[in-house]
Amino acid sequence: MSVTPAAASTSARRLGLAPRPHAVARLARRNRLAVLAALVLTGAVVAAGLAPWLPLLPPNAVDTPNRLQAPLTPGHPLGTDEFGRDLLSRLVWGARVSLLAGVSAAALSLLIGVALGVLGGYYRGGVETAVMRTTDVLMAFPYILLAIAIVAGLGPGLRNAMVAVGIVGFPLYTRLARGLVLSLREREFVEAARALGSPDRRILARHVLPHLVSPVVVAFSLDVGVKILATAGLSFLGLGTQPPTADWGAMIATGRQFVVLSPHVVLLPGLAIFVTTLALNVVGDALRDVLDPRAAAR
Amino acid sequence: MTRYLVRRLLHLVPVLLGVSIVVFVVLQLAPGDPAAIMLGAEATEAELGRLRAELGLTEPLPVQYVRWLALVAQGDLGRSFWTKRPVLPEGLERFQATLILTGTGLVLSTIFGMALGVASATRPNSLLDRVSAVASLFGASMPVFWLGLVLMVVFALSLRWLPASGMYAPYGARGPADLLAHLVLPSVTIAAASTTLVARLTRSTMLDVLGQDYIRTARAKGLGERRVVVRHGLTNALVPIVTVVGVQVGYLLGGAVLTETVFAWPGVGTLMLHAILQRDYPLVQGCVLVVALTFVLVNLVVDLLYAWLDPRIRYD
Repeated sequence: MSVTPAAASTSARRLGLAPRPHAVARLARRNRLAVLAALVLTGAVVAAGLAPWLPLLPPNAVDTPNRLQAPLTPGHPLGTDEFGRDLLSRLVWGARVSLLAGVSAAALSLLIGVALGVLGGYYRGGVETAVMRTTDVLMAFPYILLAIAIVAGLGPGLRNAMVAVGIVGFPLYTRLARGLVLSLREREFVEAARALGSPDRRILARHVLPHLVSPVVVAFSLDVGVKILATAGLSFLGLGTQPPTADWGAMIATGRQFVVLSPHVVLLPGLAIFVTTLALNVVGDALRDVLDPRAAAR
Repeated sequence: MTRYLVRRLLHLVPVLLGVSIVVFVVLQLAPGDPAAIMLGAEATEAELGRLRAELGLTEPLPVQYVRWLALVAQGDLGRSFWTKRPVLPEGLERFQATLILTGTGLVLSTIFGMALGVASATRPNSLLDRVSAVASLFGASMPVFWLGLVLMVVFALSLRWLPASGMYAPYGARGPADLLAHLVLPSVTIAAASTTLVARLTRSTMLDVLGQDYIRTARAKGLGERRVVVRHGLTNALVPIVTVVGVQVGYLLGGAVLTETVFAWPGVGTLMLHAILQRDYPLVQGCVLVVALTFVLVNLVVDLLYAWLDPRIRYD
């Protein structure tokens, strides 16, 4: 007997996998700030994606006679940096780096963390102990210092900075997933599946993992902003993106020495990080309100 | 309680061992040879070999780690490859500067965060509450190094009200007033995000607590609002607040490296950053151990505070 799309959709909605259209529309009407943030984020993503085709000056084109030009200079709407490079172009190209770094690092943390959390929560004994002690060790240390050590070990660069931030960030997802799985494994439907002889792999995939989707998606949406800040911090310290690649954190680091003469060289990239992370946090809060109405009621 | 304390103190050992092994392995697997970095590109292979032997780098990795661990057990964290000075006194001196910075940031964020949270909870949906909500979002979204630079530009370089960098003035007596003046901008920078986080958590916890029956009873008995909020409300909201304040210690210790870089604050964060880049293994490992030990001890203190704040919590 085939399942009709309407029935599948109802099932998906019951599992919290599909958005509830009326809830989304109601929240959009009430939360205009979230709609504005979503538009800002969409604009940033579109601009970053279309950067190679936009009518911008090359981001690495040095023009020393025109260095440190103020915003609204003809030909340079946002001014130029210490090498005469166009700031608007570098901010747009820097968006590609920052958004990619944030999403990739958060995705890596999610993959490692959820896998370990599910294993640690479902299988007790040695597996759980190993997972939780590993998490304790990583959480026993301020993560940015460990990320610095990992990047220094792997070598500076954007990819290694993303890997470092992704690795030190997984405990959040491990604890979240483990807590959820610990309660789910005692539920009747899991017991019933076990009694019917379902293998663990099938129980985890069909009955446990779907319940993790909503909270993990909310955590991920809020985590991307955190990862953008972390990778920008590593670039500020010289451990992330290497020159001359445009990166918001690195632009602040190199522009520091000119902050008195030309504050825009530092203010604009910082504002870009701030606005992007703010938009991500607002959208993440709104997503939580849609996917977890109990949190919205608090 | 004593058994719990002993158990938790014993639990520190594998955690610290784990941290030291992770950092040791990461550093040892790093490309880059400390001897080559120290002697430069002109060094001959014989010179490099002699220096590597002197630094103990020719021994197998497990032997190097166990030798270092044996020194740590005697209270000796080794000597810096570069300065040849003992790691422990130098690390502790720089750590003291970081503790001053993060301690001040923690005190500021706790006091102002709790005050703002209580005020927001007692006046929900007021202008103060909405401003606090917006500030919380702003605090969580702002890069700490950018905030530090903005504060430096405004208050130090433009208005010239405060010093721009360092822990003391280069000339003159290094007194408390000088330290305090240099501490303002970095501590406000490091406390900003934590303050908003503590404020939001205090608000949400206080709202839960102020909705309880015993609060209604206290008001019905005729107690003043301040007594109700502080004595009956805040006291019962302290457990989750203390938890997040404890977590903030780790955030502040970690975030210190960025603030220290912006303000040239001579703390352990910048020391570690330079040591990592120079492959100064003993200095990195020693500083990592000191910072990690502080962090796990703070977590232990937070757990012990629970039992003091809430008599229903008992550790057996």
